[in-house]
Amino acid sequence: MLPDVLLASFLVIFLWVYTLSGGADFGCGVWDGLASGPRRHQQRQLIKTALGPIWEANHVWLIVVVVVMFACFPLAWSAITTTLFIPLTTMLLGIVLRGSAFVFRSHAGPYVEVRRQWSVLFAVASTVTPVMLGTCLAAVATGRIRMDVKTGKVTTNFFDAWLAPFPLAVGVMTLLLTSFLAAIYLAVEAREGALQDDFRQRGLMAGVLLGVVALGTLALARTGAPHLWQGLVHQPWSIPWQVGTGGVSVAALVLLWRRRFTVARVLAGAQTAGVVWGFGLAMRPYVVVPDVPLGVGMAPLSVQWSVTWVLLLGTPVLVPAFYALFRIFKGSRSASVA
Amino acid sequence: MSDLMAARSLMALSLAFHIVFAAIGMAMPLLMVLAEAQWLRTSDAAWRTLARRWARGAGILFAVGAVSGTVLSLELGMLFPAFMRVAGPVLGMPFSLEGLAFFTEAIFLGIYLYGWDRVAPRWHVLSGVMVALAGVTSAGFVVTANAWMNTPTGFTIENGVVTQVDVWAAIANPAAVSEVIHMVLAAYVAVGFGVAGLHAWLIARGNVAPMHRRAVPLALSVGSVAMVLQLLSGHEAAVMVAKTQPAKAAAMEALWDTQRCAPMELGGYSDDEAERVIGAIRIPCLLSLMTYGSLDAEMKGLKAWPPQDRPRSSVVHFAFDLMVGCGMALLLTALWWGLLVLRRQPWWERRGFLTVLGLATPLGFVAIEAGWVVAEVGRQPWVIQDVMRTSEAVTTVPDLTVPLFVFAALYAVLALTVVLLMRVEVLQQDDGARHEPTSDAEVPRAA
Ligand code: HDD
Ligand code: HEM
Ligand code: HEM
Repeated sequence: MLPDVLLASFLVIFLWVYTLSGGADFGCGVWDGLASGPRRHQQRQLIKTALGPIWEANHVWLIVVVVVMFACFPLAWSAITTTLFIPLTTMLLGIVLRGSAFVFRSHAGPYVEVRRQWSVLFAVASTVTPVMLGTCLAAVATGRIRMDVKTGKVTTNFFDAWLAPFPLAVGVMTLLLTSFLAAIYLAVEAREGALQDDFRQRGLMAGVLLGVVALGTLALARTGAPHLWQGLVHQPWSIPWQVGTGGVSVAALVLLWRRRFTVARVLAGAQTAGVVWGFGLAMRPYVVVPDVPLGVGMAPLSVQWSVTWVLLLGTPVLVPAFYALFRIFKGSRSASVA
Repeated sequence: MSDLMAARSLMALSLAFHIVFAAIGMAMPLLMVLAEAQWLRTSDAAWRTLARRWARGAGILFAVGAVSGTVLSLELGMLFPAFMRVAGPVLGMPFSLEGLAFFTEAIFLGIYLYGWDRVAPRWHVLSGVMVALAGVTSAGFVVTANAWMNTPTGFTIENGVVTQVDVWAAIANPAAVSEVIHMVLAAYVAVGFGVAGLHAWLIARGNVAPMHRRAVPLALSVGSVAMVLQLLSGHEAAVMVAKTQPAKAAAMEALWDTQRCAPMELGGYSDDEAERVIGAIRIPCLLSLMTYGSLDAEMKGLKAWPPQDRPRSSVVHFAFDLMVGCGMALLLTALWWGLLVLRRQPWWERRGFLTVLGLATPLGFVAIEAGWVVAEVGRQPWVIQDVMRTSEAVTTVPDLTVPLFVFAALYAVLALTVVLLMRVEVLQQDDGARHEPTSDAEVPRAA
């Protein structure tokens, strides 16, 4: 297979894994902000212990996506970083504040005021970041990032590509998806009945909202991202894919309803795959619609191959390390739930 | 402020912020692992307390290191898209390897920081070792990338687009080895003296907890050994710069006229307008001797370049002196300590020594910042030496002063909070007796 196809597939897979891991970490931050009821302290405590050991590792998936972009898709990346400067900057602010706030508030010791303020920032940053991430991804599909491919000069302004209903709707959808995932994970980890129910309830709410917003977003794609719409609806694989994703989503909700948390978690992962991979498939053959199809403005082949090899050989090396990490901190907990 | 200036300032600010935490991320794991190994070897509880206290404090710093690094990886492309269109592909291989190093570091950091009671001590130490190795590895890759900006190799470029890349030749650029070694040592110097200085200051304030008496020799040994090596490595770096980036070398040394038997100018002010250096101590011929091992080797002066192609010697020369000055001060401190140890003197009772060591706390970090100013401002007007000018690389996005101020404010708040929280960690009086706080004060203990 050609390295450009491999690399594009890697990007989609990494984005999927990032949504499931780092994305859900943002979702946890959302639930931290919305913690309420008699068990709000326990809810926060659970979020804290769930996130602590793993969020930094989860976060690296995003960095790898960025590296693959600038290393192998330099033309697309320069168009993205220029036209999406504003949402990307907002996302960066969110990433910085979320991570810092998380450690600051757990180390605040005697400074109650410090902890309170950083807790607010933690929740706000956890909400804003996934919205921006989804918005940026969708902006790439709108067809409004235009450039002169020869010179690499961007010819659109700094708002059009993302300040529109469709990208923003995808942003909200991303927020709901990550919150939905987080609620299921937290329900699995909670173990204890009432706390588990808190997150089950939140998961159900987020999941239903997600379904509504997802349908609305799909409708918006028709005018907001015509190429994507073609892929999502008019390809031979489109309808089965959409039906499959929808079916899995409903099944995830039903199982969550029936307290089959671990299975619901697996289905939510499949649902996320349906959304993220579906996006990737529908984008074909473009990296940035409509000026940068796959193969245009890419790094020389030597670079594409070397990065491909690093990813192919490196990712398996990471698997045992990730396995150890999750076993140590999640193993005993999740096992006792099933 | 022009947008170019704002972009450069924002880049510089983000890098200067990140490097502090990156240096800690590189060197602190080594100290923690050494302390924990001492605990396992001697069963002396003070070592364990020390390792755990260090790890708690480091937890804050690592997190800020990771998020500030993320800012960089996006900001490079956002502020200098034309630069990244070239550098991204050429450096794609080292950057993707760096990604693997980041994964390794973050995974084992999670195990190290949160796994004290969950994994066997052996495995715990091993995860610490992995963090230490991964930190140095990732620094190696990113500084290799920076060395490539100074001495670019391994690519051909047509109309601003890279057409051919020899991946390995780009990694093996001439400045890479000397720059990487210099940076890694710098991290050990800065963190070694920084940590030793903080504990010395606590001892001087009358804190008698046994862990401080153990912390100082450990951190100071690491810092001192690294500092001695740093002298050699700094010399190596200077020779490399003279050979590959003569304009930077001239700006560093405040050498305006091309001459044989070039003098070393210590201190003083290198006046970019008047094209001469004022008030420096001049040691004749030393520069030629140190660079080429020969008294009458010719060195190019800044006047050999047209003004628009010169780096700002006023800044670069000052930063260079500052770095070397900090290095010398740390070296003397290290020697003093060595003497005390050799003579079996109780260093912990020497107020003078403790005070000097306490004052030396920030010097390594000052040297790191100054060193990067030398490296980066000394390369101007080029972002990739002799290939691309910084002005050609900058983004077309307007009003860059806005993000500049936003990020400046953000970094200021983060820095203040880090200092505030580190004060809590450092000033904690008790030791050993205090349990790891498992829950926030506002959280009721009963589950
Ligand atoms: C603890 C920190 C520290 C100390 C004590 C020193 N340095 Fe340094 N120096 C650095 C930390 C540093 C740095 C921040 O890490 C730099 C920036 C770029 C690099 O690779 O290392 C650097 C760069 C740097 C450069 C420029 C390299 C380039 O542009 O590629 C030179 C010529 C020297 N150093 C020379 C010295 C000499 C002669 C020293 C004598 C004591 C010295 N340094 C001490
Ligand atoms: C972390 C330590 C570093 C510090 C403190 C630092 C400092 C600086 C400073 C002061 C400038 C502004 C120069 C000027 O405008 O005169 C700058 C610019 C820049 N640096 Fe660095 N630098 C560091 C490391 C790096 C590394 C590792 C890279 C690349 C991999 C890099 C890439 C750049 C780029 C692209 C610019 C903007 C273009 C330019 O002004 O040349 N820097 N940095
Ligand atoms: C001389 C300059 C630099 C050195 C020595 C350095 C080294 C390091 C180290 C040791 C870490 C781990 C820090 C920690 O966990 O506290 C780190 C984190 C990071 N650095 Fe830098 N870095 C430098 C500049 C850069 C630049 C220019 C970039 C962007 C291209 C960058 C991107 C990152 C990222 C993304 C992380 C976060 C990794 C994670 O999430 O664990 N760094 N850096």
